[in-house]
Amino acid sequence: MRVSPATSQRVAVGFMWALAAITFAVLVFILAFILAHGLPHVTWSFLTQSPTSMGREGGIFPMILGTILVAGLAVLVAAPIGVATAVYLTEYTREGRLTAVIRFGADCLAGVPSIIFGLFGFVFFAIALGMGLSVLSGSLTLALMVLPTIIRTSEEAIRAVPYAYREVSFGLGSTRWQTVIHVVLRSAIPGISTGIVLSLGRSISETAAVMLTAGSALRLPRSLFDSSRTLALHFYILAREGISMTNAYATASVLIIAILALNVLSYWLMRRFVAKVGR
Amino acid sequence: MQAPRIVVQGFTACFDGKPAVKNLDLEIFPNERLAIIGPASSGKTTFLRSLNRLNDLDHGFTHSGKILHDGKDIYDADVDVAELRRKIGMVYAVPVPLPWSIYDNLVYGLRLAGIRDRTTLDERVEKALGYAVLWDEVKDRLHEPANVLSGGQQQRLCIARVLVLEPDVLILDEPCSGLDPISTGKIEDALVALKERTSIVLVTNNTKQAARASDRTAFFLLGDLVEVGPTAQLFTKPTQKKTNDYLVGQFG
Ligand SMILES: Nc1ncnc2c1ncn2[C@@H]1O[C@H](COP(=O)(O)OP(=O)(O)OP(=O)(O)O)[C@@H](O)[C@H]1O
Ligand SMILES: [Mg+2]
Repeated sequence: MRVSPATSQRVAVGFMWALAAITFAVLVFILAFILAHGLPHVTWSFLTQSPTSMGREGGIFPMILGTILVAGLAVLVAAPIGVATAVYLTEYTREGRLTAVIRFGADCLAGVPSIIFGLFGFVFFAIALGMGLSVLSGSLTLALMVLPTIIRTSEEAIRAVPYAYREVSFGLGSTRWQTVIHVVLRSAIPGISTGIVLSLGRSISETAAVMLTAGSALRLPRSLFDSSRTLALHFYILAREGISMTNAYATASVLIIAILALNVLSYWLMRRFVAKVGR
Repeated sequence: MQAPRIVVQGFTACFDGKPAVKNLDLEIFPNERLAIIGPASSGKTTFLRSLNRLNDLDHGFTHSGKILHDGKDIYDADVDVAELRRKIGMVYAVPVPLPWSIYDNLVYGLRLAGIRDRTTLDERVEKALGYAVLWDEVKDRLHEPANVLSGGQQQRLCIARVLVLEPDVLILDEPCSGLDPISTGKIEDALVALKERTSIVLVTNNTKQAARASDRTAFFLLGDLVEVGPTAQLFTKPTQKKTNDYLVGQFG
């Protein structure tokens, strides 16, 4: 029996639609499941108090602060280095062995499991440099972990800026540096920021590397040299050691909402930026 | 005649060792419009981009000979290239507005030159838009994105963006190649008015445009300057057979 092209087209479209729907349904189900179990327990006091008896009681305030410190500092360190590397690779060197080596290295690092970064961070930052299990060790480790992503996404974004813009800028009497700042980076900001937000998300949700470097102290970190537990790690420990499933779900809910909010916020900022600068 | 603004002496430009412009001698005078015509790959663009040193961006580019701007070789080591490019302003075949507002496009070069004063900027912008015959069309929408303008308006914006810098020489590489006759006419009108203020070098693939819109014409062929002379003379009584062949459409 021959199937008419119109029929096979309809079947194919229906099939792909179904697959897309399944993917989306799984995502919604997971989110709904966790939020349903967790959200009812996310109260103001849960967000603002310190945990007691290992997290069975009390809140998650130190973990919120720890997450902001560790992930924020990681991105604060990695972003300038990553963007500068991308600018160097695209605007200041000719394609050659050096750029190929740097790019290959970045790609390799991007594929290394985070636990390896954790191990390195533990040996290098915590032990060798004497930073101990601390916010600083953790964030520097995460910075190394997300650096390749920032380099590569920034590079893509910079390459997407038309070459003609650079010629125009040079033609109007700009130096290379001025062209990079005023034309290249300004046009590439949306793409670069996407990479940075992605990295922030990865830093926030990382567990293995953080456990080995920032530690898992429950108290409020008072300095960058204090150990601190992030939300993702707290959730892991609560669930893993069967301390409190309720609080584990509640912590996970906070984590999910934070990451969703981060994405929505960056999307909104980007839209405003693009609208203002004009495309 | 006045002293020439630009003197080209035995200038050769190569890409990866292959010459694109060969042993060129040419003078460009103040307040003249010099047209450059010639078939594809004759070195016209290469010559223009040598004048503002834009070819320097190309790693395969090498050159010999001299290009003197007001008596000073522009390839000397102590030349401020950014300053040179402000003095020798270039307009490209395809208009490329930067992805900003009309106003920001216009003041970009001035800001690079360190001019910050708002009234100065506004005055220069208005004047340049006037010369480029664009002021009436954009005066109420200076802060709209530049890419909403039509192609012809964008090209005049690009001309204005160079003119705000008050260049000594305005070099245009086939500025009307993508434009309709009305936009082309506006640009040619602008050039007539502009020659009071600057020298103009106009590369064009359109011999009629060269005949209409220039005082002298140079004919390039495969990197050689075949002939240069007053436009009327070059078009009616060319001295070289090659020029004549090109003008009657023998090649290209
Ligand atoms: N960046 C470059 N790298 C290598 N070769 C180049 C480069 N620019 C130009 N050339 C070569 O130099 C020669 C002259 O090119 P040019 O662009 O100056 O010609 P043109 O007269 O402007 O032609 P057209 O009328 O097509 O614009 C050509 O053979 C071209 O291939
Ligand atoms: Mg050309």
